[in-house]
Amino acid sequence: MQYIGYKGNELTYMETPTLIIITLLCATGAYILGRNRASNIAYRAGKKNVLHSLPYYYGVLSALWCVLPCLFIVLAWNLLDDYVVHTAIVKLLPGSVQALPDSEIELMVNTVINNALYPNALIGSNPPDYILQAGQDYLRWQQLSQLSLTVVVLISLGLAFSLGWLWIKPKVHARQQVERVFQWFLLFCASIAVVTTIGIVLSVLFESLRFFQSVNLFDFIFGTHWSPQTALRIDQVGASGAFGAVPLFLGTLLISFIAMLVAVPAGLMSAIYLSEYASPRFRATVKPILEILAGIPSVVYGFFAALTVAPFIRDVGDLLGLDVSSESALAAGLVMGVMIIPYVSSLSDDVIKAVPQSLRDGSLGLGATQSETIKLVVIPAALPGIVSGILLAASRAIGETMIVVMAAGLAAHLTVNPLESVTTITVQIVTLLVGDQEFDSPKTLSAFALGLMLFIVTLILNYVALYVVRHYREEYE
Amino acid sequence: MSKAKSKVSIANNLNTIDLVQRNLAKRKRAEWRFRAYGVGAILFGLACLLILFSDIISKGHGAFMQTQIYMEVTLDSQRLNIDDPTSDQQIRQANYDSVLAQALIAQYETGSTLSENTADSFKPLSALDKRQLLNLISTGAVYTIGQRLSDNPQLLNQTVGFWLIADDDVDNYVKNIEHGGKGFSSRLNKQQQEWVNNWMANEQVRQVFNSTFFTSGDSREPEQAGIHSALVGSLYMLLVTIGLTFPIGIAAAVYLEEYAAKNRVTDFIEVNINNLAAVPSIIFGLLGLAIFIGFFDMPRSVPLMGGLVLTLMTLPTIIISSRAAIKAVPPSIRDAAYGLGASKMQVVLHHVVPLAMPGMLTGAIIGFALALGETAPLLMIGMVAFIVDVPNGLMDPSSALPVQIFLWADSPERAFVERSSAAIMVLLAFLITMNGLAVWLRHRLGRSYQ
Repeated sequence: MQYIGYKGNELTYMETPTLIIITLLCATGAYILGRNRASNIAYRAGKKNVLHSLPYYYGVLSALWCVLPCLFIVLAWNLLDDYVVHTAIVKLLPGSVQALPDSEIELMVNTVINNALYPNALIGSNPPDYILQAGQDYLRWQQLSQLSLTVVVLISLGLAFSLGWLWIKPKVHARQQVERVFQWFLLFCASIAVVTTIGIVLSVLFESLRFFQSVNLFDFIFGTHWSPQTALRIDQVGASGAFGAVPLFLGTLLISFIAMLVAVPAGLMSAIYLSEYASPRFRATVKPILEILAGIPSVVYGFFAALTVAPFIRDVGDLLGLDVSSESALAAGLVMGVMIIPYVSSLSDDVIKAVPQSLRDGSLGLGATQSETIKLVVIPAALPGIVSGILLAASRAIGETMIVVMAAGLAAHLTVNPLESVTTITVQIVTLLVGDQEFDSPKTLSAFALGLMLFIVTLILNYVALYVVRHYREEYE
Repeated sequence: MSKAKSKVSIANNLNTIDLVQRNLAKRKRAEWRFRAYGVGAILFGLACLLILFSDIISKGHGAFMQTQIYMEVTLDSQRLNIDDPTSDQQIRQANYDSVLAQALIAQYETGSTLSENTADSFKPLSALDKRQLLNLISTGAVYTIGQRLSDNPQLLNQTVGFWLIADDDVDNYVKNIEHGGKGFSSRLNKQQQEWVNNWMANEQVRQVFNSTFFTSGDSREPEQAGIHSALVGSLYMLLVTIGLTFPIGIAAAVYLEEYAAKNRVTDFIEVNINNLAAVPSIIFGLLGLAIFIGFFDMPRSVPLMGGLVLTLMTLPTIIISSRAAIKAVPPSIRDAAYGLGASKMQVVLHHVVPLAMPGMLTGAIIGFALALGETAPLLMIGMVAFIVDVPNGLMDPSSALPVQIFLWADSPERAFVERSSAAIMVLLAFLITMNGLAVWLRHRLGRSYQ
């Protein structure tokens, strides 16, 4: 943890947000001018239908002419800017520094930038002259870059604006052009989800690959000893750390299993009662109340598990003469189970409701009691949906983080005893990545490997859930 | 032949009815048991909810009240180190610790405000006693004194009565006594308890609404810690999330429902969105860490980053609920608009989106409520820093309300746990308001097409 409150030299010149605001203002202006120009053309021609499209389409077209190129320039500039300045700083540093490995150069560049931005922040440290010099150059370039960006954007604004102005002719199919841009924008928005998936896969995969360069994949998946903490110092005994993830997998499974033991019976039975037995009024009151459980943030459940349930279980254990850890898997699992009750129940509720009434009527007509009908007819008919709901709830339990971070343990014990403390994949990811970290150590990278495992497991569970629903569902229509 | 057959069938029938009758009681019991399981499951869920809420309220309600101690302090200019009462700087930097210490110790060394039953306290206090006495008042109390003096400089060299914030241990002790307990003796020693008891007997102790909790940032001292900066950080993040997720989510839903052709690309996008909705939130934190911070070199711990990560996390949920809302708009509306000569974009923007808006808003608000309570991805992108100042913008380091809850819940001090539950109550109040708004919108603006 660190205190961040220091403000360094503010870089002057127009900053990116100002530029974007100016661009948007220009676009508004272009819209009004473009619309008026189109109206004027129509007016001068003496009849309204000389224009291909309504005047405001010409306005929107002019505004798009302004916005799109400028936003592109600003974005591209901001992305490339850092890289260019970085490379330039490295070139400025003396040859002895440039010969260092990449990570050290990276560190040096950061020192340069910090020194330049916060000259008084590091009192007592005396950076060498070349760092101060490079820092000054960095500031100058940063300003130069921002200045030239301002100039480029303003010029291109003017250019785009006049082009857009000239573009307004009666024969231009303004509406079609605007609609095409609109459609591309919609497609862009829809593909953000794909980009996110690619981003997740790339980020987790690349860091994991780097991890597997130093740790064998099989040692990771089948190793039974997990202690990444020792990897802090190179000269230490056992400095390489132990990255056998089996205790984590087992701990995750244990806690999720306890959670499912709570959630599946409770969720399924309440769904059955609410959809088969309850009066509409009872259902309308109780269902939303039960769904509050799903809306409560997991950090609240974590608080409850760590400060109320875990001490309670320990006290009960003491009364019974059992030795219960204060971070027992049982506490975390029970509370997690309560959290996922609504997932199981609302998914099962939907599929139970979807079973046609004629099936129930047939069974009741043959003399079966209501519970026999439910057990022998309704549940089998709804089974694919129920199974898929349970799988989705399990994937939720495996990926749940805050409850286990707050209520489960940190040390990796290879045990299936619910009264002992176990640790999970998500707990380890959080402990490895929160706080000070070096980006290259296997300790940090192992978190990404664990993230990859988590991602794969939840993906498989979701896929199987979807598959079960699609392939085993009965169509009644 | 036929007679014999009918006889047999009658015998069988009787037999079946007998069988049914014999099993009926058992089957009815099974029916009753099954029903009881259902009721039991519902009661279990409701009981969990009740226990959760009552536990948090009982742990946290105390944090909304604060113990203050009345103390008459002489604002001696010499002790304060002020020679020029008009100088703002001198007043700001004056030595308030010294006058406060003087006021506290003077009570006992002169015995002016003492009750009779502690006559032995008249002897001079040892250095250790003095320190223990000073520990009863919060270190933040000097700001109260300084603030009053800088507002009214004419008070210099006068004796003024102040209600000063008590230390958190005193706070706990007093609250416990007021609730009929005997007081926690673990953090206050005998002597300190006696002092506090004396103050209480003299009515020098009062409980007031804890405004510090809502107006200040995090602090190492529980009695000075508040949720203001965390709350502002959370609201900034929510602002970013709403600003990005809502338009993008609607646009994506419109594309998938109205524009996309049924082909491989569309299928791929759909599968992606459904999968993303089920990816654990911590994975989005890893994405933010590796891509935004590691690759694009963006700053850590700022609301903009947090908002971006929450946007990616919420987006799939919002797209799915917006699609459902668009699906609910009947095709006849579109056909009517096309029939009048509207173009595709006009149909979408003038008819479909406005009609689907209530449904989309409802789904979006529920999604934003989930984003507001999310903690795990924020831990990944470094929003766990100790932040005192209220963030001034999207690029200022900040904390978030759920993260603050997490940090305080981890702290060994009892008073922080109390504040943590109070922060949970504030968070839940926000979430309940948002969900209530969603329900209200659905009732108010929703329409049926039957």
